[in-house]
Amino acid sequence: MDIVVLVKQVPDTESLIQIAGDGVSIKTDDLKWVINPYDEFAVEEALRIREAQGGTVTILSMGPAKTVEAIRTALAMGADKGIHINDPIAEGSDSLGISKLLAAVLKKIPFDLIIAGMRAVDGDNYQVASAVAEFLGIPQITQVTKQEITGKKIRLNQVVEGGVAVIEADLPVLFTAQRGLNEPRYASLPGIMKAKKKPLEIKTVGDLGVDAGQVGVKNRKVKIAALKLPPTRKSVMMIKGEDPAALAANLVHKLHEEAKVI
Amino acid sequence: MGQGIFVITEQREGAFRKVSYEALSEGRRLADVKKCGLTAIIAGPGAEKMAPTLEKYGPDKVLVADDPLLTEYTTDAYTDVVAGAVKAQNPELVIIGASILGKDLSARLAARLDAGLAMDCVAIRVENSEFIFTRPMYGGKILSDVKIDGTPKMVAIRPNVFTISETPRSVVLEKITVSAGQARTNVVERKLESADKIELTEADIIVSGGRGTGGNFTHIEELSKILGAAVGASRTAVDEGWRRHSDQVGQTGKVVSPTLYIACGISGAIQHLAGMSTSKFIVAINKDPEAPIFQKADYGVVGDLFQVLPAIIDEVKKLK
Repeated sequence: MDIVVLVKQVPDTESLIQIAGDGVSIKTDDLKWVINPYDEFAVEEALRIREAQGGTVTILSMGPAKTVEAIRTALAMGADKGIHINDPIAEGSDSLGISKLLAAVLKKIPFDLIIAGMRAVDGDNYQVASAVAEFLGIPQITQVTKQEITGKKIRLNQVVEGGVAVIEADLPVLFTAQRGLNEPRYASLPGIMKAKKKPLEIKTVGDLGVDAGQVGVKNRKVKIAALKLPPTRKSVMMIKGEDPAALAANLVHKLHEEAKVI
Repeated sequence: MGQGIFVITEQREGAFRKVSYEALSEGRRLADVKKCGLTAIIAGPGAEKMAPTLEKYGPDKVLVADDPLLTEYTTDAYTDVVAGAVKAQNPELVIIGASILGKDLSARLAARLDAGLAMDCVAIRVENSEFIFTRPMYGGKILSDVKIDGTPKMVAIRPNVFTISETPRSVVLEKITVSAGQARTNVVERKLESADKIELTEADIIVSGGRGTGGNFTHIEELSKILGAAVGASRTAVDEGWRRHSDQVGQTGKVVSPTLYIACGISGAIQHLAGMSTSKFIVAINKDPEAPIFQKADYGVVGDLFQVLPAIIDEVKKLK
């Protein structure tokens, strides 16, 4: 079973995000960068499948030089090899551009299964995995919390509003990991040592044969015009009251009479 | 260059999702600004019977794709059908609700159509006849105004944010022939939680609990029930195993926009705030007067939730 996991490096979710001077990007100096949390579920699931069935787990990621840290973390968790698309021409690509590059790599390597996080917590676009599946012409199942492979068949639980749908398909497929799929392992110290020696290939846009006119910040279809902070709230009104009953009465009065929400 | 606005509705077993009405209402508003037509598509068995329900939200034309192939949602069949319809209509803008299946379909469709997609938008405006889409990034810590090159442009709107408005008109109904290939995924079963459970992303009111509950959600559940609210949870409450993953609100859980969000025993970690900061009114109930949640709240109550919540329940009952 050859499994490829799509990984993105993102700012830690506890980070304070600030807008940079250009007004269209964020300040990156003080950020702590991590593997996208949903991609950790994807890596963990790939490792569990390999442990049960044998095979290889390849980590595929795109981004600037520091992205290698995210790939090494996944290798330290136990993945076998990494592929890093690192090319200044590709930087700032939108979801379609990134997907075309990832798909170009995948067209040249064997795989039975592709797993990705259900969204990246920086751009919150929910798009790259589905677009990669489209460009490869394989089925997608998004927001998966359980999977089971028997021979060439896969059975998955997909989260839908109000419950789950149980879905079956023949491999190869791409599925995206939702919280609840598993508890990702931590990289062990020996794992971290071994990761340093695992193969990691670097690819450029030229290597992949993708038209440079399809990628990069200049060729985005979705163009960021301005970033802004969410509107701030009026300062909080602290509810007064001698005891819980008075606090409750005053709060419910405000919600009913002033906010008119109950 | 495409023209007109095209809305993809979502239905299950004969009932539209609320976000479909939100999408149509917003589509009507934008069509009036742009002075162009508004087309909606309904896919699935019984689509034709459902069409009259949409009339009051103002489409000029409703396309119905009524085919047994579309009984269950599959990415393959729905993408084939909707992509075919979009190509035939050649609209400038496609609007879809960013429900779970809406996200699945819109992402695949955007790749099929080589279209720019603004996902999970919270506002749309037109400036110099150009669409500008506002969408949260970094779990809502930042709002981004984006423009889209080329047509069709695609936008998936966040449920519960856009206003539903009624502007009835007479509607032209058009049946379209489905040309979906055999779907490669097969829905073998649907396991739905009880039908009266309110989906967090569509709820008008959410009562949420965190570490301060110590795992006891009894009062939270009771208050939710009498308010007709959904129950949410912080990451801590989920990590502790007190609540299911599907209840989690936050940057790594669900992003919600209810009219009223009541946070009980939630300190207000940045990753939780990211998931609920677009709520219209926020109430924080916490023992610790220094809890960061109070900085994001409209109303704050410093107190023990095990005493305050029962008192609130009594007060709410008096209103009913």
